[in-house]
Amino acid sequence: MKEFKILAVLVVLVGALYYGIEPFAHSVMHPEVAPANFAFDDLKNVDTSLKGNVDNGKVLVEANCIACHAIEAAGHLQIMSNADAAAAYGVNPPDLSSAGRIYDKNFLANFIYNPVAAMKLDHKYPVGGAKAFPMPSYNWMQPQDIMDVVAYLQSISPKVTEDKAGHEATFKAACSRCHAMKYGTLEATTPAETLKTYLGTTPPDLSQHIKSRGEHYLHSFINNPQVLLAGTAMPRVGLTEKAQEEVIAYMEEIGDSKKAERESVGLWVMGYSVVFALLAYLWKRKIWKKVH
Amino acid sequence: MAEFKKADSMLEWFDQRLGVVKFAKVMMTEYWIPKNINFLWAMGVLLSVMFAILLVSGIFLLMYYKPDVNMAFDSVNYTIMQEVGYGWLFRHIHAVGASVVFLIIYIHMFTGIYYGSYKKGREMIWISGMILFMLFSAEGFSGYMLPWGQMSYWAAYVITEIFGGIPLIGGDLVVWIRGNFYVADSTLTRFFMLHVLLIPLGILGAIVLHFYALRFPHVNNVEGEFFDFDEEAEKYLAGKHKESKVVPFWPVFLSKDFFVLGVFLVFFFYLVFFHYDFAMDPINFDKADGLKTPAHIYPEWYFLWSYEVLRGWFFPVGPLSGKDLGLMAFGFANAIFLVMPWLDRSPTVKPANQRPYFGIWFWLMIADLMVLTLFGKLPPTGPNAWVGFGASLTFLVLFIALPFVTIAEAKKAKGK
Repeated sequence: MKEFKILAVLVVLVGALYYGIEPFAHSVMHPEVAPANFAFDDLKNVDTSLKGNVDNGKVLVEANCIACHAIEAAGHLQIMSNADAAAAYGVNPPDLSSAGRIYDKNFLANFIYNPVAAMKLDHKYPVGGAKAFPMPSYNWMQPQDIMDVVAYLQSISPKVTEDKAGHEATFKAACSRCHAMKYGTLEATTPAETLKTYLGTTPPDLSQHIKSRGEHYLHSFINNPQVLLAGTAMPRVGLTEKAQEEVIAYMEEIGDSKKAERESVGLWVMGYSVVFALLAYLWKRKIWKKVH
Repeated sequence: MAEFKKADSMLEWFDQRLGVVKFAKVMMTEYWIPKNINFLWAMGVLLSVMFAILLVSGIFLLMYYKPDVNMAFDSVNYTIMQEVGYGWLFRHIHAVGASVVFLIIYIHMFTGIYYGSYKKGREMIWISGMILFMLFSAEGFSGYMLPWGQMSYWAAYVITEIFGGIPLIGGDLVVWIRGNFYVADSTLTRFFMLHVLLIPLGILGAIVLHFYALRFPHVNNVEGEFFDFDEEAEKYLAGKHKESKVVPFWPVFLSKDFFVLGVFLVFFFYLVFFHYDFAMDPINFDKADGLKTPAHIYPEWYFLWSYEVLRGWFFPVGPLSGKDLGLMAFGFANAIFLVMPWLDRSPTVKPANQRPYFGIWFWLMIADLMVLTLFGKLPPTGPNAWVGFGASLTFLVLFIALPFVTIAEAKKAKGK
């Protein structure tokens, strides 16, 4: 039938146009990058097959870490205010309570050994450069000791629930020293002015990043920012795949809070339209029978 | 004053005062449309419905939107999208509707060109339609600025900058349009006014003119056949429904349009709820920042072809810079469709597939517009720039050639 032929031409033209300006053009503007690597197996300074000793880890952490880091879960509270800590270090040192849970084991061990290399921030802190990263390398420590520290940190990490509150806790631990989440009423714990001095730029508020960047981009970006944005001040954070999923889930819960409602209302409205079209078709047939 | 009888019914009461019975006849039951049409003839009704949808969703958005550079972004993305009950629904409908309305406009417009529905008495239908197209373009552009995202800002920057190329007054004109030396709060508030008041008023007026312009020359049909509408209407009224070449607007014509509308709405709502990125660009969910230029700036898809006509000219020719040439080509592209009835010199009103030369011209034009649209989005680097130039040049050549093509076609038809 002629009308179907016209419709077919229309569908082909519009389809080709859509393909060209959406999937194709975007693939040209944003080429695919290496897939996210949650094993962090490019880091090989510490033998992570060694079994850690929690008790020795506790001793080492108390001797080496708590001068700068709070560990609320182990009773070491933050001594300075956020602003004072930020002023002293450039950025607030993280509370290590959930470090054992959110950071990948391999990443964490190698981070302790050499933070700058693990975070891929060599471009900001070159060896012998004028600026030094606030946390020193513990490359003098024996691999066994490092693994003891990791084992201890893993042992004290409080579990979180599989819901928005849990996702928020992970986001706070992983992101909110630098990033605000205005729509979730979270401010960065480091004051904006200090951050600007420390990073050279103000890190973006993440309220709408689930929309502006999208899940696909975030999945690669959080895992390794340099791959998508070479030279960025954002470090590789070393989150486990699960922790990263929780962070992205929280970004979606805040940035796209009506998603579930949208998808369910959508089905109803489309269903209504289908019924409307069917009834309209029957009515049209009835009426046009008289004129054809 | 005329003597009024006591009315026997409510209808009669209104009829005495407003002539509603006659009005309904003129507007609906005795407004005659050719019978020999296909679903492309439903685009007008689709556009009317889309305009109504945009108007209503826009009114709802207007209740919470704040036209201020410090509040606009959050009023859209937080207040409307997350706080207000079903605010997201109205925003999605409005944003996706604004994009889809252009798809239907283009189908409507190219249907008109394909079937030659712009000549031999139908010139005013065409011109009022092109005025509507221009008003919708201005409406789309001004509306895109309102969420105050990165693409809002930079598209506004690039497009207002275009006016700077106009000789002598260019620089002052840009400042006058923006209300500032750069895109600023003053720009946002004036485009807000244009978007919610002045342009919609213009659109309403142009719609009335467009509908009115249809009354005398009447709607075209798939064969471009001319016949006496009064004679055919009489046949229909005499009960010869099958024999008559016309049908009344209500209920016959609209019953078909409602069906097409139903199918269209399924597609439209699929886009609204499940596939809206093409109309709500992710980049626009970053707040406007005049110090941070996005890596890729591109207009909405429906402006890409004319944007590429502008951008295709990237090198100087003689004393003219690429920018000047681009601006001239851009001006040409945006005005040329308006004079379409006079570019087509052939007196024949027939669908393009029954016209030997025009048929080829039509599909070349469509192909060129598609190339322009695609390359308007791609980064203009390397070979892309040359393809863009070629397509831009082809566009100009096609429209300059149209009078000659159609004169030759008319001569050929006469020779037969």
